[in-house]
Amino acid sequence: MIDFSSVADNFNVIYPELALLIGAFAVLLLGTVKRFAGLCTSVAGLTALIALWLAVDQFGTQQSGFFGMVTCDAFGSAFKIIFIAIAIVTMLIAHRFMIVKQIARPEFYALVLISTFGMIVMANTTDMIVMFLGLEIMSVPLYVLAGFARRSLQSNEAGIKYFVMGAFASAFLLMGIAFVFGASATTDLRRIVADFSYIIYHSGLYMYVGIALILVGFGFKIGMVPFHAWVPDVYQGAPTPVTAFFSAGPKAAGFAVLLRLFMFGFEGVAELSSIFWVLAVLTMTAGNVLALLQDNIKRMLAYSSIAHAGYILIAFAVGGEDALSAAIFYSIAYAIFNLGAFAVVVLLETRSGCRSDFSELAGLSKASPYLCAVLALFVFALTGFPPTIGFFGKFYLFSTAVKAGFIWLAVIGVLNSFVSVYYYLRVLKVSYFDRVEQPALSVSYTPAITLVLLITAAGTLGFGLFPQKLLEFAQSAVFAFL
Amino acid sequence: MTLDLVIFLISSVVAVFGATMMITQRNPIASVLFMILSLLAQAVLYIQLGALFMGAVLVIVYAGAILVLFLFVIMLLNLRGRESLGQPSPPISLTVKYALAVLFVLELIMVVKSSFSSDVFADAGNPGVMVMQTDNFGAVNDVAVLLFQRYLYPFELTSILLLVAIVGAVILAQRSRDDDGPVDAASSGESEGKAAE
Repeated sequence: MIDFSSVADNFNVIYPELALLIGAFAVLLLGTVKRFAGLCTSVAGLTALIALWLAVDQFGTQQSGFFGMVTCDAFGSAFKIIFIAIAIVTMLIAHRFMIVKQIARPEFYALVLISTFGMIVMANTTDMIVMFLGLEIMSVPLYVLAGFARRSLQSNEAGIKYFVMGAFASAFLLMGIAFVFGASATTDLRRIVADFSYIIYHSGLYMYVGIALILVGFGFKIGMVPFHAWVPDVYQGAPTPVTAFFSAGPKAAGFAVLLRLFMFGFEGVAELSSIFWVLAVLTMTAGNVLALLQDNIKRMLAYSSIAHAGYILIAFAVGGEDALSAAIFYSIAYAIFNLGAFAVVVLLETRSGCRSDFSELAGLSKASPYLCAVLALFVFALTGFPPTIGFFGKFYLFSTAVKAGFIWLAVIGVLNSFVSVYYYLRVLKVSYFDRVEQPALSVSYTPAITLVLLITAAGTLGFGLFPQKLLEFAQSAVFAFL
Repeated sequence: MTLDLVIFLISSVVAVFGATMMITQRNPIASVLFMILSLLAQAVLYIQLGALFMGAVLVIVYAGAILVLFLFVIMLLNLRGRESLGQPSPPISLTVKYALAVLFVLELIMVVKSSFSSDVFADAGNPGVMVMQTDNFGAVNDVAVLLFQRYLYPFELTSILLLVAIVGAVILAQRSRDDDGPVDAASSGESEGKAAE
C-alpha cells in the first residue's frame, strides 16, 4: 500500500522551487486575461523574492526527500540562492528593454521562473535522471527565450541554433547516463561512489564511455571548447536581457552539476584531471584569442564567457575541497560582474537604433559619465584588476592550482588574463578616448535598472575589497551528502 | 505443443508479418493499419511474458492513441494513393545501408545467443547485471509502486517539462495581433467572428 503521508512530509525540501513554479503558473494564468496582464511582472518579481527568502531560510540545513531523489545539501541550497538572485536581476534588467523593443509579453517572466526551477532541480539532486529532467526543464524555456524577438531574424536564428545544439547535447548526455547505468545498474551518484572500484573493475570500459559522453553533453551547455561553436551566435542573436540570463544562470547551473558529477560522483577516475587540464587550457585560450577579433560587444562578451568557463575548469583539474569552493566563488563573482556588464549593454541598447557595436560606445564618457564609470568597473572586474571581485576570484582559483602543484596551469591562466586585457580595455578606450562627430545619444535610466547597476557595482567593489563574507559562503557550500 | 507455444507462434508470426507489410506498402493508410496489427500482436507477446501493464499500454497508447493520430494526420494532409519512391539512392548510401543491416543482424544473433546461455545471470551480485526482481514483474502494481514512490519526483518533473514545452511552442507559434500589421488583424477578427457564430 502506498503511504501518501510520507510523501507529503517531503515538500519542505523543495519549498523555494515550488514557490517559483506556482509563481510561473500564476503568471501564465494571469497573462491570458487582458485586465490582469499588467500584474504579471509584479507577481513574478514577488514570487521570486518569496522564493529567495525561502532559499535563504533553508541555507545551512541538510535535507533529503522524495526517496533520495532530492538532496538539498549546503552546496545545493547555496546554488538555489544564486539562481534565484540571477532570475530576479534578469527580470529587473528585462522589464524596460522588452517594452522598448515591443516584445514585452507576460510569458517571458513565466519562462524565466520555470527555467530557474529547472536549474534548482538539477543542482539539488544526486540522481542522474533528475539531473537530466532538470536540465531539460531549464533548457526548453531558454530555447524559447532565445527566439523571443520573433520579428528579428537574428533572434530566430539564435533560437533554432540553440534548440538544435541543445537537443544534440541532450542526446549525448542521455547516452552517457545510459552507459553509466548499464555499467553500474544505478543512476544515483551516491551508490556509484560507494561501489566505484567494483564497478570500474567489472565494467570499466562502459563506465568510461558513459562519463566521456556525459562530459560532452554538459560541455555543450557550459560552452566548453571544442563544443562552444553555438555560443557567439546565440549570445548575439538573443534579446540582450536573455543573453545576460544565459551567461549567468544556465552557466552556473551547468557548473553546479558538473562539480557534483566530476568532483563527487566520478572523482575516482584519475585520468579526468589531465583531461580537464587540456580542456581548461583550450577553453581559456580559444575564448580569449577569438574575443580579440570581435567588433560587437555582445559577441565579445560571448567569447569572454567561454574564456571564463575555462578559468573555472581549472578547478576540475585541480580537484579537492579548496578548488571546489574556488569554483563556486568564481561562479558567483562572474555572475555578479557579468550581469552588471550586460545591464550596461541593455541600457545602451534601449537607445534607438543601437546594435551594441563597439563604435556606438564612442563619446559615452561625455554623454553619460556615471554609466561609463560603472562600465569601467565591470570591465576591470572581467579583466581581473584589483580591487574588484574579479581579481580576488582569479587569485583564489590560481592560488589553489599552484598549491596543488598545477603551476603551469596557473601560469597559462595568468597569461590568458593578460591577453584579455587587450579586448576588455578596448571598451574603455572607445568610450573614453575615441572622438565622435555628433554627441552620443544619452540613456534613460529606470529605477529597476539603476537598482541592478547599484547592486552589481556594490557587489563587484564591495566583495572585492572585503571578500571574507562571500568566501565563507563559498567554503560552507561544499558537498555534504546524506 | 502447449497452448502457450501455439499462441506465441501465431502472435509472433503476425507481428513480423505486420511489420514487414508496414514497410512494403506504398499506401500510407495501409502502412499504419499494418503497424497497428503488428503492435497488437506484440501486446499479446508482452502479456504472455507476464508484463500485463506493458501489453495494455501498447494497445491503449500506441495502437489506440498515437497511430490513430497518425491516421488523422495522413487524412488531413490528404496523402491519397501511392507515394513515389523518389530518386534511386547513390551506391555509397546503399553500401552503408547494407553494412548497417548486416551489423544489426549480427547484433541480433549475439543478443539471442547470449540470452540462451545462462552466464548472463550467473553473477547476480555484480552491479553491472540487471536481474528480474519478482516473478511477475511488470504488473500494474509493480509499475505503480515504482512510479508513485521511488520515481514520484522525476515522474512529476516530466509533467512540468511537457507543460513548458507546450507553453513554449504556443508562444513561438502564436500569431499576435500587433505582429503582422493591419492585414493580419482583419483576418484574425474575421476568424473570431466565425468562432462566435
